[in-house]
Amino acid sequence: MSANPKLAVWKLASCDGCQLTLLDCEDELLALSGKVEITHFLEASSAAGPGPYDLSLVEGSVTTVADAERIRHIRAVSRRLVTIGACATAGGIQALRNFADVEEFRAAVYARPDYIDTLATSTPVSAHVPVDFELRGCPIDRRQLLEVISAHLAGRKPGISRHSVCFECKRRGTVCVTVAHGTPCLGPVTHAGCGAICPAYGRGCYGCFGPSASTNLPALIPRLRTNGLDDRDVVRLLRTFNAYAPDFAEASTALERDEGSTP
Amino acid sequence: MTDSGRSAAVVIGKDGLAALVEVLVERGRTVIGPTARDGAIVLAELASAEQLPYGWGVELEAGHYRLRPREDGMAFAHSAGPQSWKTYLHPQRVRQWSAERGPGGEVTLRADSDPAPSYAFLGVRPCDLRAIAIQDRVLTGGTYADPAYRDRRDGAFLVVVECTDPGATCFCVSMGTGPGVGEGDDEGYDLALTEVLDDAGHRFWARAGSAEGAEVLALLPRQQGLGTVAAEATATAARESVTAAAGRMGRSMPPVSLQRLMAGSLDAKRWDDVAARCLTCGNCTMACPTCFCTTTEDVTDLTGDHAERWSTWDSCFDLDFSHLHGGPVRESARSRYRQWLTHKLGTWHDQFGSSGCVGCGRCIVWCPVGIDITEEAAALHAETWSMLESPEGGARP
Repeated sequence: MSANPKLAVWKLASCDGCQLTLLDCEDELLALSGKVEITHFLEASSAAGPGPYDLSLVEGSVTTVADAERIRHIRAVSRRLVTIGACATAGGIQALRNFADVEEFRAAVYARPDYIDTLATSTPVSAHVPVDFELRGCPIDRRQLLEVISAHLAGRKPGISRHSVCFECKRRGTVCVTVAHGTPCLGPVTHAGCGAICPAYGRGCYGCFGPSASTNLPALIPRLRTNGLDDRDVVRLLRTFNAYAPDFAEASTALERDEGSTP
Repeated sequence: MTDSGRSAAVVIGKDGLAALVEVLVERGRTVIGPTARDGAIVLAELASAEQLPYGWGVELEAGHYRLRPREDGMAFAHSAGPQSWKTYLHPQRVRQWSAERGPGGEVTLRADSDPAPSYAFLGVRPCDLRAIAIQDRVLTGGTYADPAYRDRRDGAFLVVVECTDPGATCFCVSMGTGPGVGEGDDEGYDLALTEVLDDAGHRFWARAGSAEGAEVLALLPRQQGLGTVAAEATATAARESVTAAAGRMGRSMPPVSLQRLMAGSLDAKRWDDVAARCLTCGNCTMACPTCFCTTTEDVTDLTGDHAERWSTWDSCFDLDFSHLHGGPVRESARSRYRQWLTHKLGTWHDQFGSSGCVGCGRCIVWCPVGIDITEEAAALHAETWSMLESPEGGARP
């Protein structure tokens, strides 16, 4: 029996990009494999070892009855369960169904709708089982993933900040795209972690890390309007990878409601 | 001015400014100054004075910044940009120490002691000169001085450029920090310049504020020698233009003791009003030239045999800034905004003997929703004033 902790990587409804981030840790993979036993990681190896597992990384959202069962099994065989990415932490892009009628989608998209067995909603893992830590991003950041694993190995809390992307722009010296260029940007309400990549290239943040720990959407939305977005644009901006994250969902739903009530 | 020689006020031209950058670089200094980039006037390392923002001005408002071309070709006719000198003196992320665990389990600790760069800052505005003095007091003035900050600061050569074109968000006059600087050896700068542009040409009135400043000034090509009529005329024009700038402040603070105002308005309704508008995004604190707060991050690598401690800019608007056992102490936006403002304008006096605000207006400009510190102070004053005037005789809610 190996003395190293067992690591498992799981996938629910997702694009595989977040677990790919683990393989993308090229320089650190050898060190990682020296410290953990990568027991279950189907994207890397079809040889899956038995549980229980010390650390489970879960990608993807729950969109089927089978996955709702499977996540309970994963939880039962995992000492620590960490969700990785927007799908697992907020329901992902596929949570757009939560704002619409999934039956309509099924009929419109598939030649044989009766082949499709799906739930009416796409929900984060935390809606089904207790989660020990949620790592944000679409996809997640490689350095943050290594930090979460290193922290787990050292038995400490991961050093992952929950503040806004604005902190990252100011720290790296990026000129604010909203103030200096009038570009609509979700940075002030978005969870840091990417290193503020988009504003560094002159683009507004589109919120792929989901809401920060302290948002004020009602205060930001008027600013987005003065930067040229109408309410439909704002709803679209909020409804991407983290559409179903509570802060974003609440704001976009309120906007739609207000729009609907306008004569 | 008592020290002979240092009072030498001279007039240099654009070639003199170019020579200044050359001389400073030759003396081994990393010259940092303003330059136009990404739609703003930012601070960056300058290899030559040609990189200065000649012909660029700025249009400022709450939550609004635009670079505007200036036909007059002036280099320093702009007010505070997105960054301040703390970018260099108090960098956003600094490693404090690292530790290695050897094969036998022995731990070796290594303090980080990279030699500080020898900086020269070109274009320090008077408000920012005061901001540097405030950070000096905060970071080196007490019992727990930051030696790395002190090294960076002690070696820095400061070239102040007085303000002749304040922005719509400037209020240095209210805070007593600008738009000009005093003269002499204890003003905290090495050289002071004032940009003058009139029928007699584009030039800079220059004077030294330290021995090294005088040494550097002596190496620059002069347009007019001391005592000539033309030099006196330039000095007069410079003084007049700074005086005129003082009359063109875009903003002002209520003319009361802000320290007392803050202490007396802790329960004001205005805090709810501003909290409804505040994004708690932290931009104001990051842009502020005096905000100094840092957090400590301890990191380990995958092997667990290497650990590092980093100090990183933090902000009182970060929910986790006040995280104690059980959760954050200042959970509401109201409590966080109030903490920032009452510290900046009020309790800073108790803690460090001065205001923490220098009137540069950065927090107004770089707030994405344009919250205006002068407007908030005025509203708090109006609300508190009406309470004091009420028939109940000043009872607070």
